Amino acid sequence: MSSDSHGHAMEHAFRQHHFVDAEQQFETSKLGMWLFLATEILMFGGLFVGFGLMQSVYPEAWVAGHHHLDRIMGSVNTVFLLCSSFTMVMAVYAASTNQKSKTIINLIATLAFAGGFMVIKYFEYTHKFHDGLLPGRYFSYAGGGPPEQAMFFGFYFAMTGIHGFHVLIGMGLITWILLRAMKGEFSSAYYTPVDLVGLYWHLVDLIWIYLFPLLYLVS
Amino acid sequence: MADIVATPKSHAQGDHHDVDYLHDGSLMSWMTTVDHKKLGVMYLWSILFMFFLGGVFALLVRLELIAPGRTIMDAEQYNKAFTLHGAIMVFLFIIPSIPAALGNFALPLMLGAKDVAFPRLNLASFWIYVTGALIATTAMFTGGVDTGWTFYTPYSTTTDGPVALMTFAAFVLGFSSILTGVNFIATVHKLRAPGMGWFKMPLFVWGIYSTAIIQVLATPVLAITLLLLIMERAFGVGVFDPKLGGDPVLFQHFFWFYSHPAVYIMILPGMAIISEVVPTMSQKVFFGYKATAFSSVAIAIVSFVVWGHHMFTSGQSQLAGAIFSFLTFLVGIPSAIKVFNWITTMYKGSVSLAAPMLYALMFLILFGIGGLTGIFLGTLSVDIHLHDTYFVVAHFHYVMMGSTVIAFLAGLHYWWPKMFGRMYNEGAARIGAILVFVGFNTTFLPQFLLGSRGMPRRYYNYLPEFQFLHQVSTVGSWILGLGFLIMAGYLFASLRKPFDAPSNPWHARTLDWQTSSPPITHNFHETPVLKQGPYDFFKPFEPSVEGYHE
Repeated sequence: MSSDSHGHAMEHAFRQHHFVDAEQQFETSKLGMWLFLATEILMFGGLFVGFGLMQSVYPEAWVAGHHHLDRIMGSVNTVFLLCSSFTMVMAVYAASTNQKSKTIINLIATLAFAGGFMVIKYFEYTHKFHDGLLPGRYFSYAGGGPPEQAMFFGFYFAMTGIHGFHVLIGMGLITWILLRAMKGEFSSAYYTPVDLVGLYWHLVDLIWIYLFPLLYLVS
Repeated sequence: MADIVATPKSHAQGDHHDVDYLHDGSLMSWMTTVDHKKLGVMYLWSILFMFFLGGVFALLVRLELIAPGRTIMDAEQYNKAFTLHGAIMVFLFIIPSIPAALGNFALPLMLGAKDVAFPRLNLASFWIYVTGALIATTAMFTGGVDTGWTFYTPYSTTTDGPVALMTFAAFVLGFSSILTGVNFIATVHKLRAPGMGWFKMPLFVWGIYSTAIIQVLATPVLAITLLLLIMERAFGVGVFDPKLGGDPVLFQHFFWFYSHPAVYIMILPGMAIISEVVPTMSQKVFFGYKATAFSSVAIAIVSFVVWGHHMFTSGQSQLAGAIFSFLTFLVGIPSAIKVFNWITTMYKGSVSLAAPMLYALMFLILFGIGGLTGIFLGTLSVDIHLHDTYFVVAHFHYVMMGSTVIAFLAGLHYWWPKMFGRMYNEGAARIGAILVFVGFNTTFLPQFLLGSRGMPRRYYNYLPEFQFLHQVSTVGSWILGLGFLIMAGYLFASLRKPFDAPSNPWHARTLDWQTSSPPITHNFHETPVLKQGPYDFFKPFEPSVEGYHE
């Protein structure tokens, strides 16, 4: 577009040559991100199906297994992620309305909530390791109960582990856009990365919203 | 996601716009390119190498089977050889073959775009593929895997060897496939040339688009299945192990939920190529354009609900079996619509018998056989007899090789002049094509007979009465190999010539032919504005690219 010869310096700087204008680029990037999120949902979907199927076969083991999980820690983590989603939304809004310092503050807050989530996760994991509540053949819990608890903890570590890995990646991405926000690279004309990382972060949050009741609130 | 910082300076009023994309041949320019054409070519060489490797294992397997008992290897080596043949051909060759190699090259050109939607993601996808290939190679050289490419539990969780590594390779390759799919869907949605509505898109684009949908929706399920399998081996969680209360059939459900749609990841792009070659080589408007376009989407949708036909004998409930059998028949409808439309398109056209068309005609014959024998196998009662016999082996080779690989060859010969700017020797190409056709049928027709007479698949040894048919099949594999050898010869020979291909040797109407051969770096001098439909052969040619002359 020849119209961006005056003004729109930002739009021009970040537009790739194969797009006609910034809007096309933004919409394309967003579509790509949604597609990627669809793959994430299907991947976790496989785990949910396996988990639900085995739960229907061994309900006692699932109930016994979930008694070993700390509901308080799980709830605090849920609150942390919900708050982080809120600050992420605020960060996207701030970036899209040219409020640099607000963007930075909200991104730091999001990062802090995510970090808090991982710290609590660390304490939960070490506690499980200590009690021998481990997957499969490493299950060595002395307190008894149905043997299929070993399978429950297989799912527990697979699901929370893969989710935790996504949180870590999210933290990396948030740090990356935080650094770019500090350099003042975002404006109402161009804030695509903030928006896309936001979408990703909401998915990470959403998956936890399903994981929490599935794992911690079995009845 | 691709980060979107560009360097606009370098694209300002460049002189390098006008040189062809092969001009800068330095190694770094290839390794770090974000040009879809160069990435397509790099994929092409990679998959051709894998095809060669998988082909060597196929020849070894056939050679072993020339006589009962031990011929050149022992039973364990034989198990590893057919596993490597299958895993290489499926994960490293066929799945990326048409979409990632030819699709990468042709899709943006056909849409009149400068590149795919996310060029850097495209580069990442290529290197992830290479990483997956290297991991798979490591697994091969550190003992090899003997599970078959399907990794069925509980055998895959108990056998020795680097199964976890091989599985991880498939996981990584799946990731590459997902990213390519995401890229292509976004490209088709957002980067079509002005004037190109959905029903003005070439049918190749429809096919690749449908394929991309399956890649994006099915591959993640394979990813999680393979991760669970790795966990199973590492921790003995027991999800798939009946000893620990798990269910091995669950693995089959998970595996085929991906891998049956994956079969259509393999065949849809093949059909897409045929839909391009047939109207162009017949110089005739495509008969039933919309029906063919929608049939691709229909196949993509139905592909998700037929996975249970792999488990008719695995202890699935009878009701589920009957439903899956019925749903499987449904696939026949959109497939048959395509075949009728291709044939009707040729009717009263001026059909050229150049190499791409020879392969397209072979496809019609071989896909007919492969598709119809699929109906036999989808039939519940017949499948009880034929399950896990050579009939199945013959069937899926007619579809995977007889259809997809032959369509790939049609596409390779069709776009070769555009990709490399050179014409190959047409006479040699026809001889090669005939040898491939004869060799293929000699190899696989006897396997239908073997299977219907009860020869089980994957067996190292067999009864003496099967020997004659096995020998015919092995001889066929040599003819097939010779055909490929000749093909390699004339294709490589063409690369030694200076550019001699006209920009539109087949007189096609799609945009990929309205630029030089090989195309310039940014594909077109001006953004094309679509003037004609892709198959408007009944009208005089009117270029959509300003200043283009044939």
